[in-house]
Amino acid sequence: MSEPFSALNGASFQGLVTLRDCGPTGMITLRGDLAAPAMAQALDKVMGLPLPAPRRIVAQADGTRQVAWMSPDELLLILPYEQVADALAAVDAALAGTHHLAENVSDARALIAVTGPDAAMREVLAKLAPVDLHPDHFPQGEIRRTRLAQVAAAFWITQAGQAHVICFRSVAHYVFDLLSAAADPAAAVEYFG
Amino acid sequence: MSTRLATGGRFLNRGRQVTFRFNGKYLKGFEGDTLASALLANDQMLMGRSFKYHRPRGVVASGAEEPNALVGLGKGARFEPNQRVTTTELFDGLQAESQNHWPSLDYDIGAVNTYLSRFLPAGFYYKMFLYPRAFWKHVYEPFIRMSAGLGKAPKDADADRYEHFNAAVDVLVIGGGVAGLQAALVAGRAGARVLVVEQTAHWGGRALVDGGTVDGQPVDTWIATVVSELETMSNVTLRLRCMGAGVYDHGYVLGYERLRDHAPDMDGPRHRLWKIRARQIVTATGAIERPLSFAGNDVPGVMLAGAVRDYAVNWGVSIGDRVVIATNNDDAYRTAITLKAMGLHVPVILDARAGGGGALADQARALGIRVENGKAIAKVKGGKRVTGVAICAQAGEGAVLEEIACDAVAMSGGWSPVVHLWSHCGGKLIWDADQAMFRPDPDRAPTGADGGAMVIAAGAANGALDLGAALADAHQAGKAAATATGHATKPGQAPKAEDVAQAPIAPVWMMPQGASYALRAKSWLDFQNDVKVSDVQLAAQEGFTSVEHAKRYTTLGMATDQGKLSNINGLATLAKSLNTDIPSVGTTTFRPPYTPISMGAIAGEARGDIFQPLRRTPLHDWHATNGAFWEPVGHWRRPYCYLRPGESQHDAVAREVKQTRASLGLLDASTLGKLVVKGPDAGRFLDMLYTNMMSTLPVGKCRYGLMCSENGFLIDDGVVARMSEDTWLCHTTTGGADRIHAHMEEWLQTEWWDWQVYVANVTEQYAQFAVVGPNARKVLEKLGGMDVSKDTLPFMQWAEGTLAGIPARVFRISFSGELSYEIAVPASHGRPFWERLMAEGAEFGAMPYGTEALHVMRAEKGFIMIGDETDGTVIPQDLGLGWAISKKKADYIGKRGQERSHMVDPNRWQLVGLETLDGSTLPDGAYALADGTNANGQRKTQGRVTSTYYSPTLGRGIAMGLVLNGPARMGEVISFGKTDGTDVKARIVDQVFYDKDGEKQNV
Repeated sequence: MSEPFSALNGASFQGLVTLRDCGPTGMITLRGDLAAPAMAQALDKVMGLPLPAPRRIVAQADGTRQVAWMSPDELLLILPYEQVADALAAVDAALAGTHHLAENVSDARALIAVTGPDAAMREVLAKLAPVDLHPDHFPQGEIRRTRLAQVAAAFWITQAGQAHVICFRSVAHYVFDLLSAAADPAAAVEYFG
Repeated sequence: MSTRLATGGRFLNRGRQVTFRFNGKYLKGFEGDTLASALLANDQMLMGRSFKYHRPRGVVASGAEEPNALVGLGKGARFEPNQRVTTTELFDGLQAESQNHWPSLDYDIGAVNTYLSRFLPAGFYYKMFLYPRAFWKHVYEPFIRMSAGLGKAPKDADADRYEHFNAAVDVLVIGGGVAGLQAALVAGRAGARVLVVEQTAHWGGRALVDGGTVDGQPVDTWIATVVSELETMSNVTLRLRCMGAGVYDHGYVLGYERLRDHAPDMDGPRHRLWKIRARQIVTATGAIERPLSFAGNDVPGVMLAGAVRDYAVNWGVSIGDRVVIATNNDDAYRTAITLKAMGLHVPVILDARAGGGGALADQARALGIRVENGKAIAKVKGGKRVTGVAICAQAGEGAVLEEIACDAVAMSGGWSPVVHLWSHCGGKLIWDADQAMFRPDPDRAPTGADGGAMVIAAGAANGALDLGAALADAHQAGKAAATATGHATKPGQAPKAEDVAQAPIAPVWMMPQGASYALRAKSWLDFQNDVKVSDVQLAAQEGFTSVEHAKRYTTLGMATDQGKLSNINGLATLAKSLNTDIPSVGTTTFRPPYTPISMGAIAGEARGDIFQPLRRTPLHDWHATNGAFWEPVGHWRRPYCYLRPGESQHDAVAREVKQTRASLGLLDASTLGKLVVKGPDAGRFLDMLYTNMMSTLPVGKCRYGLMCSENGFLIDDGVVARMSEDTWLCHTTTGGADRIHAHMEEWLQTEWWDWQVYVANVTEQYAQFAVVGPNARKVLEKLGGMDVSKDTLPFMQWAEGTLAGIPARVFRISFSGELSYEIAVPASHGRPFWERLMAEGAEFGAMPYGTEALHVMRAEKGFIMIGDETDGTVIPQDLGLGWAISKKKADYIGKRGQERSHMVDPNRWQLVGLETLDGSTLPDGAYALADGTNANGQRKTQGRVTSTYYSPTLGRGIAMGLVLNGPARMGEVISFGKTDGTDVKARIVDQVFYDKDGEKQNV
């Protein structure tokens, strides 16, 4: 099989922050009854992670597997690209007999890392998203489904000075260009510190 | 003469001279000047012309309220009209041009209007341009267009960049004067997240000009101390050159930050629009001085008394050696005292109050200034510049008692709190008769999401004009804002300032009070739009008693300054004319923005490559390098055709169609919507969404389906594949993917919330390619990995497997009438898979084809296209699609709509094929002509063309259209009108032009 191509194909940019295409990343949309014990069991079994609270994301220590709360009946599982098929089968097996939907959306998305001084990273995102990015309000572990300028996106802080942004594959270039414009070194706001 | 004083000017850096150009003339100023102060320092008092009468106009104010001194700023791609010189910071190389005159500022032909002013009264346009009707197009409209507008619109694309910034705070303080700083200090010390925005480049506001002491220290020292404390607080952000532009629902505020207007050579964005979500908003926006309405109050050299003081103190500029002062309050005495202290002459202070002023008046007298109580200006003498004033008794009708030569007049009609931001989102005002002002009514503040007050007015903006009162008021405002956002305030008293005892203001709305018509007709209310006291009186007389009507009839307050100076005087005049009081007349509506903000700031980053999102399929770059002529489809770009060197689009489309029908063509169909619908109730759900049955579709099979709106109109179509017992995959049109996904979610969330169905939009997960033509099967067999034979994978079935080593779903469906497979592979493998297809297909002459070839081939087969055959008014029955409507189902979305009388009307236009007799291609959208004309004298019609193409396969034009009783009129010839007035004849035929029996697709 050919090597998978991510939409941004390894693009990077340097400015107030560094932007980097994270390459093909495994993602599974999982819809179901989040309150059902079977759901927590499935997450534990497949991802080794607990159910995240609303607007939160949980991650394994090495960051390879993450589970994000996306809506009252939807989660996003993030994992290595090549492990998706097995994880999908495991989810379906663990939730067999319960009403749920698990779909591979790895290729439908793009994942961009925004890295730099913590304040600059927050500032770049705050130019594009109607989100309170103050550290007191948006610490590590929070995730927002929101918009970046004119398109849907979600982001969370993986560690101090780094955020991950996901958007739809077709607009990956647009989002990358938006973030690059916002990260213009001459356009620092100096609001978050 | 206005000139630069030898000393003074606290904003100036006299060590750094700056060169700029005004109307081509090189002038010099200092760093720290505004364009206004620099022009005045160069004795350039005449700065523009008024809108209607082209009267000479000089600067009248010193801040954002300036109505007169507007210029065109910059050149070419950085040109911007209607810029206020008072808020334009001077920089080296600045270029400004005055506006609204011809041929020059000094000699303007349009000034003849001033002599015609008695023929150009209020409502002139409404009265004049009614008759004769025929004059409108050729005489009136060109004349109005020629004289409309002040500045010229820029011709070039803006060279600058802009951006937005989102900030959420506990307390937003708008205004960085003493009140704003004090409120911020209290809230900041309490621990609230505070943002302070100030529209000018300096903290402290007017207090620095007016002086005073706070807690025993000079006010400027106090300001510096507070600013440096605020700067050390990590929870407080201070922004200069950032105006609070508008207050909206739920504490949403727009801030307009001007980053590089004062330094255009710096890198980075020019303006930044702040989108602020504040839990509490403190409006410490200060107050604006009102002009007095006396004859000739618009002559250049007549200025607001506070502005005269600002120019002297802030920029070391004298507006004249001899300044006469006219006032109805004590504050203007400060101007006299300031000027006197600078060694300038104040011939007389005319105080309209019979009783005169308080302590400041005594101080002025002690300085030897002549003070005349109960006196007024009868008229100002001079044309382009003040030469003197005629004095009269305020109580009288304007009989001249004395004439005094002077170079300038400083006037003060009292101060109006800036209540704009308080009022934007519904804050109400009360009329404070003692202070003769509208001020915020604290009991009727704008309310936020929780129903509580979200705006607190502070300081002069709240009617607390004096330093001590303003500080005390702002202290309370800061406490209230902190408390309301859950922050306990630290103990502490408001700073103390000694206020001078002042005599009360006397409301003076006309000077003298009994002014004759001749005087009233020269007493300006709105300087920019040339509205005078007489105009407002005429409006009242003609029945425009509502302030909103009078405003629009007279254009009072409709200029670019939005009536910052004129509104209160105007409505007081209206109240007097109507013999009522001011509060019962009320104010006009205050709307954002506070002063005009740039279009660029509103657009933000959205320009150039990121003007709009451009959606790309995994093959986007391949298309681009292979000659794609792009067609926008929603936000996607799809190849319309692939151009070869020297080829026209028409030829390319014909080549693509012929190749596909003869051998093999490939289409990037990735944009097609793909929605997974899963759950125990999914079949039942799809039976409701589609007009036909989907629940009975066997696993592994495909079925074409139609979707309608509740009203029965066709909204989407596509092929549905049953994936498993409880899962279906619904293909939608390209434009329908997001819309139909939302449609499904809406029904699931609002109507059938108890049905167990989940929907996921997986459109972008897959790259999907149509492999089309007699050799389609052969190329797939060459790729290897799946049995795609007729027996294993018959028409309208699908299979999953691996093709060329890549996981693939193969759908045996056809939109072209040929043997055709649509293959979905993971998007990340889309391009390699496509390249394999091209390589393996080379022996069959494989070619990519674009959307136009797709359209032509589907039209040759008589397949409908959503958006061509449908337009939101078409039901499936109109299109001969009755076969796709289940008769067995009790219900589906649109069923009842389709049973309404108009929908079952046998005279609805129906779909047919159309063949021109001469073989030409019908114009798209052309109407079929019927006999006679309708009530409007228009030709009657009996149908219209919905799709029309040149068919390369048939070598002639083919079309589909909706025609009255069409299917019953096969063979009949009807006429279609063309835009050139001629018509073209076409025969009604079956809409399937090619391979009627479907033999080619079913092999």
